[in-house]
Order: sequence, then structure tokens, then C-alpha cells
Amino acid sequence: MRRRTLLVAGASGVGALAFTLGLGWWQSRDSLQTGSALMPLRIGKMSFTLTNHHGVTVSPSEWIGRPTIVFFGFTWCPDVCPTTLSDISLWLQDLGPDADRMNIFLVSVDPERDTPQVLADYLSNFDPRITGLTGSPAEIKRAADEFRATFEKVPREDDYTMDHTAGVFLFRANGRFGGIIDYHEDRRVALLKIQRLLMKAAS
Amino acid sequence: MNTMKYLLTALLLSLSATPVLACETVQLSSLEISEAWSRASIGMARPSAFYVTIRNTGVKDDALAGIATPVSGKPMLHETVVKDGVASMPHATAIPVPADSTVQLEPGGYHGMLMGLTQVLKEGETFPLTLTFREAGDVTVPVAIRGMGAKDAGCVDKKD
Repeated sequence: MRRRTLLVAGASGVGALAFTLGLGWWQSRDSLQTGSALMPLRIGKMSFTLTNHHGVTVSPSEWIGRPTIVFFGFTWCPDVCPTTLSDISLWLQDLGPDADRMNIFLVSVDPERDTPQVLADYLSNFDPRITGLTGSPAEIKRAADEFRATFEKVPREDDYTMDHTAGVFLFRANGRFGGIIDYHEDRRVALLKIQRLLMKAAS
Repeated sequence: MNTMKYLLTALLLSLSATPVLACETVQLSSLEISEAWSRASIGMARPSAFYVTIRNTGVKDDALAGIATPVSGKPMLHETVVKDGVASMPHATAIPVPADSTVQLEPGGYHGMLMGLTQVLKEGETFPLTLTFREAGDVTVPVAIRGMGAKDAGCVDKKD
């Protein structure tokens, strides 16, 4: 129910334009970082099973030991997703070989259309260190719930699109939540946040 | 309508001969339209996005009321709104272009959504797109198709 409320709120926000957009970042930052009820689980407590774009089954327990970056999106998404994947690719490029010591995932919120093969084709346009994950609708839902991320199918005439959490989730190597990189966050701030994860992982 | 189609065709033909016009500014009365770009598509099933910079040097407010292009069966104006961390893309009936201001259709904000692609959008090519303004009327601009990971029009002389 909460997702529907968010969706309605999002749709009715059209009139508020730029203000809504500005408030959105700050609200997301506050609620996700200070409201403990809305914090993602530790990776070690997550229980979903998904398939990566190579067709291999993955479970989050395998991610412990390396910092992890997770973004929810879908390949039919014309604006936010290519922009964020391009941002992530640029961050990884800036980090250089350091970024090899991380797990970087795009979790599809549109498993109906995003098969492993579709994800593989799509991700070939971005940094090869980004791995796509998809799976059954139930497992995608479980993953989103455990990240405290939301998504909602929005019908359009003969088609549909997806509303979804736009921030990039960060986790330390031990699996603890390490913050969010908000949509539109300054590139330098984003890099600092990731570097902090990497430093903690190295020490 | 026929005139517009003719103009589009004429533009399309001229573009194939001189493909490097996309970074040039197109003038329509007091509006300067520049940096029109889109992203390469994988196939034709997914919608693509359209971005552009519109500068209104005049004293009269205007608004972008619609877009049309032969590469899309259903082009629409949208706005990406992030509320409570959740991104949605409501339809925008018109995008205000106030007097003496610059409006950007850019990633994460206002954008054109090109649904029902009629052709694959290939990086390095261009396509014509007609912008319809409430006051100034129609103007057709060449749109540069950039790579899927692009974040701007890539017009070197226009970037600060």
C-alpha cells in the first residue's frame, strides 16, 4: 500500500516541478540514512536469490568481503537508468583498478522484459564491471523489500513503465549499509562516498 | 500538415548529405534552439529520450507544447520527478520557456520520450525533430544520436 501512496504522491507532484525534484533528494537522503526503520538490511541478512546477466544464480551472501553498489532500474527506462548507469560507469572509470575490488549490480525491477540476455545486451553499453540481476517477480520483490527500495508498474496505453527507487545503495565490505548516492548527487561527493567504502575495506 | 511533412522530408534529405549540423543553433523568432540530442537505441522496442536547450531571448513567455519526428510513432513530453527517492515520469502537457531564460531538456529532468521507434537510432547519425511552441510556432532541428552512455550533446564549444 505504501508504494501506491508514493506513486500517487509522485504523480500529483507534477505541478510542483523543480521544487518537488529538489525536495525529493533531501527527503530520500534523510529518510534512508536516519530513519532506522527504513534502513536496508545488512547484506548478510538478505535472503533473495537472483540470476545474473551471465545466467548464473547469485545470492547476496556471496557479496560479503567486498564493498557493494546496487541500483534498481530497468532496461526500458529512457532517462533515469541510462543516466545513472552512465554516472556509475564514470565513477568506476575515475576509481580505476580500485573499483575492481567491488561488487556493482543493476537489479531489474522489470523481470517480465529484462531476461539475463536482455540485461547482457543492454549492459554491454556501460562499464563491464556492472553486473545485471533479474529473477522471478517474487524474488525481485523480496530483494527490493530487503533494500527498502520500492517499485511500481505504471500502465500506459498499450505499454507500461516502472516507477522505482532512484538512489544508488552502498554497502561496506562487511555487508553493513554504507549510505545512498542520491540521483543528481555531485560527482565528487559520489566518488568520496565510494572511496570511503574502499578505504574501510582495505583497513 | 503536408507542408510540415514536406519540410521534414527535405530536412532529412539534406541531413544525409551534411550530417554535422546537430551542434548548430537554430533560430525561431526570439528562441534559440541548440544541443538537440538523443541516445542510441538497442532495437526499436524501447523508448528513447530526446534532450535540447531552448533559450528565449525575447520579452514574451512561450512554452514547448509538443514534439514530432519521423523516428517515433508516439513522441511525448515527460518530466522525471524524484520524490521520496522514487523516480517517476509524469507526462508534461507543456514545458514553460519564460522570457529571457534558458530551459534545458536534460537527463533527470524534462525530456522528450520517443516511443514507438520507427527505426533503430544509431550513434553518430542524426534525425529531424519538430518542436511546436505555443507562441513561436514550429521549428525543425537536427538531433544528434549519441552513445547510450552519453550525458549531453557532446558539443565541445557549448560546454562551460
